[in-house]
Order: sequence, then C-alpha cells, then structure tokens
Amino acid sequence: MLSTIFTADFFAAILRATTPILFATLAAAIAAKSGIINMALEGMMLFAALFGVIFSSLTQSWAGGLLITMALGGLLGLILAFFVLNLKTDEILAAIAINLVATGGTVLLMLAFSGDRGTSISIQSVPAPKLDIPFLQDVPVLGSLLCGHNVMTYLALIAVVVVHIFLYKTPLGLKIRAVGENKNAAESVGISSRRIQYIALILSGILVAMGGFFMSGGYMSMFTKDMAAGRGYIALAASSMGANTPIGGFLVAVLFGIAQAFANVMQLSTIPYELIQMVPYLTTLIGLGIYSYSRMKKRQKAGGK
Amino acid sequence: MNSMRKFEVLRTVMAILIALLISFVVIFFVSEDPFNAIKWLLTGPLTSKRNFFNVVEAMIPLIFTGTGVCIMFAANQINLASEGAFHLGGLVAAVVALKMTLPAGVSPVVGIFLAACAGALFTAIPAIMKIKTSADELVSSLMINYLALYFSTFIMKYFLMDPAIGSASYPIPEASTLPTLISRTRVHPGIIVALAVAVLGYVFLYKTRIGYQLRLTGENQKFAEYSGISIVSVILISQLLGGFIAGMGGGIELLSPIYDRFSWTSLLGYGWDAIIICTLAKKNPLYTPLSAFFLAYLRTGASIMARYSDVSLEIVQIIQGVIILFIVAQQFLSRYKHKMIAQEAKSALKDEEVA
Repeated sequence: MLSTIFTADFFAAILRATTPILFATLAAAIAAKSGIINMALEGMMLFAALFGVIFSSLTQSWAGGLLITMALGGLLGLILAFFVLNLKTDEILAAIAINLVATGGTVLLMLAFSGDRGTSISIQSVPAPKLDIPFLQDVPVLGSLLCGHNVMTYLALIAVVVVHIFLYKTPLGLKIRAVGENKNAAESVGISSRRIQYIALILSGILVAMGGFFMSGGYMSMFTKDMAAGRGYIALAASSMGANTPIGGFLVAVLFGIAQAFANVMQLSTIPYELIQMVPYLTTLIGLGIYSYSRMKKRQKAGGK
Repeated sequence: MNSMRKFEVLRTVMAILIALLISFVVIFFVSEDPFNAIKWLLTGPLTSKRNFFNVVEAMIPLIFTGTGVCIMFAANQINLASEGAFHLGGLVAAVVALKMTLPAGVSPVVGIFLAACAGALFTAIPAIMKIKTSADELVSSLMINYLALYFSTFIMKYFLMDPAIGSASYPIPEASTLPTLISRTRVHPGIIVALAVAVLGYVFLYKTRIGYQLRLTGENQKFAEYSGISIVSVILISQLLGGFIAGMGGGIELLSPIYDRFSWTSLLGYGWDAIIICTLAKKNPLYTPLSAFFLAYLRTGASIMARYSDVSLEIVQIIQGVIILFIVAQQFLSRYKHKMIAQEAKSALKDEEVA
C-alpha cells in the first residue's frame, strides 16, 4: 500500500479530491469574511454540477458551459443575498431551503433534460480537459507531478492566489473584511454593508459553481443525484479551520484531499469500505476540534493578560 | 399581541400559497397533463382510507425529529445532528431486535429506549465539542451525520446482513415489531407516543424552570448568563434531550410495520424535515403535530401524484424549500404587519376616547 502512496498518481488523486472542496472553501471564506455563513454551498454546488452538464452539452464547449454555470452560480448567490439581506431571512434556514430546492430541483431538471432520474449519462456533456504544459511535461519527476491535471485544478490553485490578493490587496476586499469585522463601524465610514455583502455572496456563488462544474465535468463526467455529498458542508468546516483565509483554507482543503485520496487507496485493502468512507469526515471533525481548541486557548490567554 | 399572532398565521398561509403556486408553475413546465397532476397532489390523500392513513404514518417520524429540533433550536443550539440520531436510533433498535432475546412486550420497549439513548449520546457530541473546544455545533453536527450513516451501514453489513438480500439486515422478529392500530393500514402505536412527546416537549419548554432557562438562553445568551443560568448545562441538556427524542423516533420507525428489516443505506432526511417542522411550528413542540400533518399530507399527495401522473416526487422538496424561505423571511409582508399594528393602535385609541 505504501508503494501506491508515494507516486505521481497519488499526488494527482489528492489534487483531484482537493479541487471541488477548494473552490467551495474559497467561496465559504469570502462569504464568511463579509460576515455571512454560506451553508447553501452544498445546494449551489449541486445545482452547478447539473448546470455544467446541461450547458456544456448545449454549447458543446466546456468553457462555454463553465461560464454559464459561473453566471448561474452568481445568480444563486444573489438569490441567497436577497433573502438574507432584503427579506431578513435567517441565513442558516435560507441555506437549508436552498439546499432542499437543489436536491429536488436537480432531479426534476435532469429528468426534463435527460429522461433519467439517477444520472445524466444520456446528456452529451463536454468535461473540462486535462492540461499538459509544454516543455514542463518533459522535465523528469516534476513534469509528471505538475502536468496532466484537469484545467479546473489549475484554476482552483490560481483562485487561491486571486482570492487572497482580492481580499487583502484591493479596496473592495478591504471593504468586505471591514463589513465582516464590524458592520456598524463600516457603515459609519460610508460603506454600504448591504451592497458589500451582496457582492461577497455573488462571488461566493461563482466560486462554488466552479467547484460544482468540476464535480460533473472532471471529477466525474456526468451528473449523479446528490453528487455534492456533503462537500459544501466540509468546505464550511475547512474554511472555519483555515480562519476564513484563502491560504489557510487551501491548506485544510489539501488535508481533506489527502484524507479522501487515502480513503480511495485504502479501498484496495481489507478494511471495510464503510469505515474508509468515514475517514474524510472524521479528519475534518478532529481537525475542527483541534483548531477551535487552540483558538479558544489563545483567546483565553489574550483575555487573561 | 393578538394582531401579531394573526399576522404570523396569515404569513404562514401566504408562504404556503406562494410555494404551491410556484410548484404549479413547475408542474405546468414539466407535465403533459398538469391539471391531472395538481389534482392528485392536492386531493390524493383523501381518495381512500389507505391513502389517508399513509399521511398519519408519515407524520410519526416528523413529529419526533421536529420536537427534538424545537428543543435544541429554542435554546439557539443549531445542532443538525438529529438526522444522524434518527439513523442511529434505527440501527440500535434493529440490533436489539436481532441480537437480544427478550420477551415479546419487553423487546420493543428496550429497543426504543436504547435507540433514544444512542440518539442522545450522538447529538451530545457537538454539544461536548462546543463546551470543551468551542467548535461550532453547526459545522461539527454536519460532519457527524455522515459518520452515523457509514457506521450504521458498516454494522449492518458486517453483523446483521441477510446474505439472501444483500443490502438489508435479517428480518426484524415478530416479538420486536410494533402492532398496527387500525386494520389494513400501517398506523402503529408510535403515533400515540409521538403526540405524547410533542405535548411533553411543550410542557418541558414552557412550563418548567429548565425549559424557561433554555428559551431565555436562546433569546439572549448574555442576559441568561448574567442572570445566573449555567450556559454549559443548557447547551448539554437541550442537545441531549433533542437527540433522545430523535433517536426514539428512529427506533420506533424501524420497529414499525413500515419496515421489516434495517435497510437504511442512505440518510432519510428526517433531520432536515425537522427543521421545516420546527420553523412551521415556531419552535413550539405543541404545534409540531399540525406541521407534521401538513408536510406528511404534501408528501403523500406528491407520491400519489408521482404514481398517477408524469410529475416526479422531487417537486415536494421545492415546495418545502420555498415555504421555509417565505416563513422565515422577516420582511415578507412586513408592510402589511405595520398596517395591522397601526390599525389596532388606532382602534384602541378610539375605544379610549369613547370611554
């Protein structure tokens, strides 16, 4: 088993498992930085996974499908924002509602488009391609490690940097953080907190839609019922463990990716599959406990002085 | 106060109507014969005795998890693990039924009691994590639901599985199953227990000292803390009790005439439904049977519709989602609320003048 772990294939498996979680974690981070827990990530990812299949098939291009999916993801973010910010709906209950609609709605839509209620196998979708980087792929070891991953994986890694720069180096990012830190203080210097939170939730929707697109156009090449499988929730945990920073979230998402990839390898062992399936969730739970504990101790220390 | 209550009722009704309207629009899009589909959705449960009692059967698990969630949410503990607690409750009841030889009347009682205990211990995990590590119960409870699912599937596959079936346990022995109350239906004594639990939940939350402390903490934790309430015990008691009730519901559901084996290899969703029930009931356990009846009626109607028309069952989830959105939207119809309050104030003023 060890021999299968230290290979380029295993490295690729980690990246593959990390990609959707990473997009969703970044989405959770932006929303959290603006002061909103976006638990609707789960439903948004599920919707996006289906949209990806439908629109890449209609446009016969993965890029076209991706762009439309991202736009619709932004729209879902907008809807959540409308309910939370304008109609003052509790954000958790609004998220639960969206997730419910997603569970049923995706099946209905899939049925309408493919005539099948389990998978979208009959829709001729165009998954995102794998990317080979010229020259780099000829370099031994490094080439096989860094090349040949899905385009979305590279986009996810780029997104970490972009979101980091956005949140910490741009005026809009500063405003988002200001609103999340202290809404009233931000309002007092003339920032419209509602507008900023709208923007944050729309961006959150766009990012998680990219993760959803990868689920059905990369991780797998079709949509299956409930395929988000709790990834939106894991992303919430990952983001909170990473102190809602893009870099922190990235590290935790990779940890999850390792746990998932490890679970996939362990399938070949004699350990019961159901116990292996618990590994990623257990890892997240323990990680969350350790992180929260250390933060609590730090706060207590700071408060004690 | 009276006008506030009237307003809440009005808003709930409006939310339900809007949700139904949206679902009609969806039905018009997907169906060849939309009127037929809508007819079955709305009147299906009333077409036969069996269909109607299907509604009653479907209410039972909803009342349990709904009441459990009411107690946790009343204390503002957003623990979503009742899903897993219900699942584990079912597993434990199956284990007791299959692995312990107990006399006929005793077996289901022991099974249901242990199922409830398992549920309580399970939902206590996020509570203990919150107390010991300050980890948010929302996130941790989302994670442990998956642990409950895979753990139960593991136990079923390795210790209870009937090789002849492959994906389910051995049949639950006669001595452990609950009897039917009404002939030719599957309504079982669970409905009586469920109604009792809803009433007891109400008494606990609104008529006891601890219940008051729970609600006060839910309204304003800082204030509760300053008035000397132990927040740690509120966190623990609310979630232990919530899980106890959800686990009991899971145990009863599995031993009911509806299931003859433990065959739950995916989460059943009663934990999420519970949040709808709790929202409709405004966190008051006394109203959970009513909310459960509504949801169960809708579900049964949808499944009858799915059988007799070309619209599939999943439409229910859309209706449910939209209902929640509008019921919890505080600004929804708020202008009307203002008007109502203003009118009442005006008429009160007039009364005073007359006097």
